[in-house]
Amino acid sequence: MWRYLARRSAIILPTLLVISLLVFLIIELPQGDYISNQIAQLRAIGEEEAIAKLEFLRKEFALDQPFLLRYLIWLGAWPGPSGFDGLLQGNFGWSFEYQQPVWHVVAPTLPLTMLLNGATILFVYLISFPIGVFVATRQYTLADYLFTLLGYLGLATPNFLLALILMYLGNVWFDISVGGLMVPEYIGAPLSIEKAISVALHLITPIIVIGTAGTAAMIRRLRANMLDELGQQYVITARAKGLSERQLIWKYPLRVAINPFIADIGNLMPALVSGSVIVSVVLNLPTVGPVLLSALAAQDQFLAAFVLMFVSALTLLGMLLSDVLLAFVDPRIRLGAEARR
Amino acid sequence: MTQAHYVNKAPFPPPKDPREAERLAKLGERSATANFWRRFSRHRVAVICLWVLALFYLSVPFAEFLSPYNPQLRNAEYLYAPPQPLHLFHQGKLIGPFVYPQSAKVNLERLTWEYTQDTDRPVPLRFLCRAGEYQLFGFIDSDLHLFCGQGNAPVFLLGTDRLGRDQLSSLIYGARLSLTIGLLGVSISMLLGIILGGLAGYLGGLVDSAVQRLIEIIRSLPELPLWMALSAALPVTWPPLWIYFGLTIILGLLDWPGLARAVRSKILSLREEDYARAALLMGASRQRIVFRHLLPGFSSHLIASASLAIPAMILGETALSFLNLGLRRPAVSWGVLLNEAQNISVVIIYPWLMAPMVPIILVVLAFNFVGDGLRDAADPNRN
Repeated sequence: MWRYLARRSAIILPTLLVISLLVFLIIELPQGDYISNQIAQLRAIGEEEAIAKLEFLRKEFALDQPFLLRYLIWLGAWPGPSGFDGLLQGNFGWSFEYQQPVWHVVAPTLPLTMLLNGATILFVYLISFPIGVFVATRQYTLADYLFTLLGYLGLATPNFLLALILMYLGNVWFDISVGGLMVPEYIGAPLSIEKAISVALHLITPIIVIGTAGTAAMIRRLRANMLDELGQQYVITARAKGLSERQLIWKYPLRVAINPFIADIGNLMPALVSGSVIVSVVLNLPTVGPVLLSALAAQDQFLAAFVLMFVSALTLLGMLLSDVLLAFVDPRIRLGAEARR
Repeated sequence: MTQAHYVNKAPFPPPKDPREAERLAKLGERSATANFWRRFSRHRVAVICLWVLALFYLSVPFAEFLSPYNPQLRNAEYLYAPPQPLHLFHQGKLIGPFVYPQSAKVNLERLTWEYTQDTDRPVPLRFLCRAGEYQLFGFIDSDLHLFCGQGNAPVFLLGTDRLGRDQLSSLIYGARLSLTIGLLGVSISMLLGIILGGLAGYLGGLVDSAVQRLIEIIRSLPELPLWMALSAALPVTWPPLWIYFGLTIILGLLDWPGLARAVRSKILSLREEDYARAALLMGASRQRIVFRHLLPGFSSHLIASASLAIPAMILGETALSFLNLGLRRPAVSWGVLLNEAQNISVVIIYPWLMAPMVPIILVVLAFNFVGDGLRDAADPNRN
């Protein structure tokens, strides 16, 4: 078991390394960089003094080096102008737009980002599990058709549009502002129970919005898995031996059907994280989503790179968690790793 | 050394049920493609959705004719005009489809436009009328439109936006980019998926593990943030057409792993089939075996997976344009139109700006159903 977990966690490091190269490549795709763009602007006005300062800054951030060297310096695997100082050393770079270290810009948004994604996964699990089992045991009833229809609608409605619709309805029907993290009067107010409640209430909408598509997919998957199992002979045997329906379902078919269900939550992670980024922009939540958007618009490359690295790492972490959970639930995985030796 | 190959000439014992025997006989007579479409046609919802999609795509080449106005046309007198309901009866008399003309007034207290309808003066729609000129298919000069209003009273069935541009016309024109971007993107991702998945599945070894690792990594990345970063890299100075093709490449670039994985696993399993071995023994080249013998064996699968990937691409374009990272005016797509709806306080006053959602959801829903139907038809033994 521990061997499996150790090996599974160890894969993350080389994966992150490859991702860092991909991310850096993507971030460097636009022509020029933040500072050289500013230099071009200043040159148009003719401010020579400021240009000299910016040229110095370009050297300072190693922007004048070739691509591979820039990457290695950013990573911290090559001595830059200030020695080994990159991701590996815990320096995430400098945000040109905010004139601050990247870490200072994003740090306040990270807890909420993780909270939002964690809560959404929990929501997907908690909602899709009982409903999936419920509709599978009542195939072709009204409830089954209703949830199937809702599921298809949930899959087809893009989450940022759902966010818009809910904001509109919330405003028109209930006269409440759905967006933002809390009611405006609590902004800047000291932490209190009312403020916490306000934040929690404002998190409900984004969680539902981000989780809906995933929940719909999971319900469909669990329903199909359960139906496959319910048709098996051992279910008939158990029933013939007089097991009560509830005992039967919880004890046998559910245990088999739950494995692909858990594995799929891991596959859902990228979509959930994607959703949290755009929904945060629409609902104006202070997560990394809006930060990424503004960083991309301003070509604030190190800031954007860090956010991309962070969301990728978050996805990998979610997948790891689902694999760990799967190992706990499924003895074949935990013992199989040892048997294969 | 020759060895006689023993084949029993006797026919298979016929099934006991005569109806089953007949079904099997027919199954053998029809081509695999015909059988595939027969299975698909049993999925009634999927067939309906296929027709819906066909209608949507049919409107693409005829957008100029179907839409009453040019979507770039600004009507300074009709800013944020609300949708005009279609009526048939005026004061109890049937006079065909008509609308009531409306005129704008600024509400200085709330700083919004308010429209009043003149219910005494019905404006009947004109059909197959001559209005703004355009070029059909890019080279046929025409000024024929399906319907239009009267000269002094324009018709905005779905309202107008902040510059007085007709929403209905914008939606019809927008379908052009929004619907085709998915098809192009999927073609790119299919090309990549078939090449890389095919190489991995057929060559095996180092190539296989390299492609597999790449698939795993790309699949574990959140798509949208990467799409955002990639499309932010498209130069702002590019003309809309270039941005459009750039976007299709971006959307296809991250989507191929799913297809490549399917191709790889199918080739791995089909490679072991007797007919593949027979082709190999007869001296067919690897290339011929893969493309002539193996690929047709799962092409229906590929079509099904592709049709399930298209809606994701359409939504990708919509999301990017919505965030101002994808297409921009003067290009018109559903995402570009939704960009107008980004500010919630505007949407609350002028809710018809959300209209592009309806075709988006319809198309995505239809593609999902068609994809499900195709997948079931491609794999009849799945359940």
